[in-house]
Amino acid sequence: MKILVVTEQRQNKWNNTSFETLAAAQQIAKDTSSTVSAAILGKGLSSLADDLAGKNVSEVLLLEHDLLENYTPDGYCVALKQLIESTKPDLILFPHSYQVRDFAPKLAAQLGKGMIGDCIGYKNESGKLVFVRQMFQGKTNADVTFQSAAPWFASFQAGAFRADLVEPNTSGKASVNAVSVNLSAEQIRTKPQDLFKEAKSAVDLTQAPLIVAIGRGIKAPENIPQAEAVAKALGGEIAASRPICDEGWLPMERQIGSSGQTVAPKLYLALGISGAIQHVVGMKGARTIVAVNKDQNAPIFEIADYGIVADIFEVMPALTEALEKAKNS
Amino acid sequence: MNIIVCIKQVPAKDAPLSINGNWIKESDIAFEMNEPDSYALEEALRLKEKHGGEVIALSMGPERVKQTIKEALAKGADRGIHIADDNFAQLDPLGAATYLAAAIKKEKFDLVLTGLQSDDHGFGQTGVLLAGLLDLPHATIIMAIEAQDGKMRLKRELEAGWFQHIECPLPAVLSIQSGINKVRYATLKGIMAAKKKEIATITPQSLGVTAQPTQKVEKIYVPTKTKKTEFLTGTPKEAAAKLVEKLKFEARVI
Repeated sequence: MKILVVTEQRQNKWNNTSFETLAAAQQIAKDTSSTVSAAILGKGLSSLADDLAGKNVSEVLLLEHDLLENYTPDGYCVALKQLIESTKPDLILFPHSYQVRDFAPKLAAQLGKGMIGDCIGYKNESGKLVFVRQMFQGKTNADVTFQSAAPWFASFQAGAFRADLVEPNTSGKASVNAVSVNLSAEQIRTKPQDLFKEAKSAVDLTQAPLIVAIGRGIKAPENIPQAEAVAKALGGEIAASRPICDEGWLPMERQIGSSGQTVAPKLYLALGISGAIQHVVGMKGARTIVAVNKDQNAPIFEIADYGIVADIFEVMPALTEALEKAKNS
Repeated sequence: MNIIVCIKQVPAKDAPLSINGNWIKESDIAFEMNEPDSYALEEALRLKEKHGGEVIALSMGPERVKQTIKEALAKGADRGIHIADDNFAQLDPLGAATYLAAAIKKEKFDLVLTGLQSDDHGFGQTGVLLAGLLDLPHATIIMAIEAQDGKMRLKRELEAGWFQHIECPLPAVLSIQSGINKVRYATLKGIMAAKKKEIATITPQSLGVTAQPTQKVEKIYVPTKTKKTEFLTGTPKEAAAKLVEKLKFEARVI
């Protein structure tokens, strides 16, 4: 089998999940006696292509074009369709980034194929590849298989594989082969403009050693002071899962997860957070994770070191009191 | 501006899930409008209030889906389209998009909106696939829409706190990011008005397309735990005291 990994860069800087996907591809290749090649798209990419050539890949495919300098879904679909039609890979793997979500399903559909997105792993069941992804917000896993002929498209969730396990190229460098792309300006219908960040936030959660995070379980904004009391007694920062910030109950800068901050504090105390994957990717690197949730089947308990199955409204005041007591003793 | 909003009905957030092969047992649980789609609906209603036109709520699934379409009508959508299909849960993303695209093609529209992803399957592909099948420009994870002179200026969310403005011509397909707006509640007046609004029911067979499956969910299951969680029991007060003890002397993080 020929595996192609489509890597991702923005402004000529790596999206590091590219290497997680490369590690996944190398592992699948070992399991299935396959080869791995890696593609990169953009402009002025020689140094990034060289990074890829230093990994254990059969070749690096370099797609450079003025119109690929800034990402557009139209430009990427045209270029990658040409690459896939000329190199005929069997399995095409992507990191499950916002960018990939924006174009890859359409690319697959243009070739009449489906894409199994957001996978957390795979199984090789006597030669048949089974992809594992989450459903129902992480409450269940699902085994998913392809039903049509190759090429097959799949993407891996951030953190599903480890970038530091990418095998280096032990025999020097893989060859970097430029692939010509036929792309004209009128094929690109959307016009991307500059990237920007909202006003710099006053709080930097990535530097906070102790974080108390709230989720839907907090129910109403008037209950937030109870969680803030826990944070104060702990000497930590308050944070939240996406729905809380969507509601405007806490500012966006306090949001943890794929669309917010990624944190790795000493302690992460999750109050009334179910543990949807979009949240978990932002905090699973925490050293100690505590979860309080009244649903004992909440996925947050999958990754918690300590758990309390109870109503957070009963636990929060008790915990504030216990923390105060510990501080004063 | 005529806007079609694709709305999925999903199991209610707190519904106890009982696994049945590659799906769940649907009896005894409640269903509701997929929350990310409610933001797309709200955005459509706001665009209509600003620019005029009509909002069409499009949904696919068994008979129960009509309830969700009615909710959209009560909030202000002008009419509904229901693609009646009892096997909807077994369709893959491309299959579902194939039928939705065929139904959309029969309408006159300027904009198609979807939510970011569904809270059940969570593939998050429908909007992008519709754009492909309808051969329209698209953008995803949209946090703001300004429409003017046949085109839009969009604010798109990227990862790690970055945003980007993009210009996109109309007609187009947009996937809306959750949190883009404050979703309204249906008023009593809206609920009464919805009773007079039309819901057209069509069958997938009448659409003249057939979706070939490209992927299949073989089975779903509760994941096995990879980390051993120590559960602290007792009254909330006892559990809290135990936790503080553990954090102080075992994990040594406070």
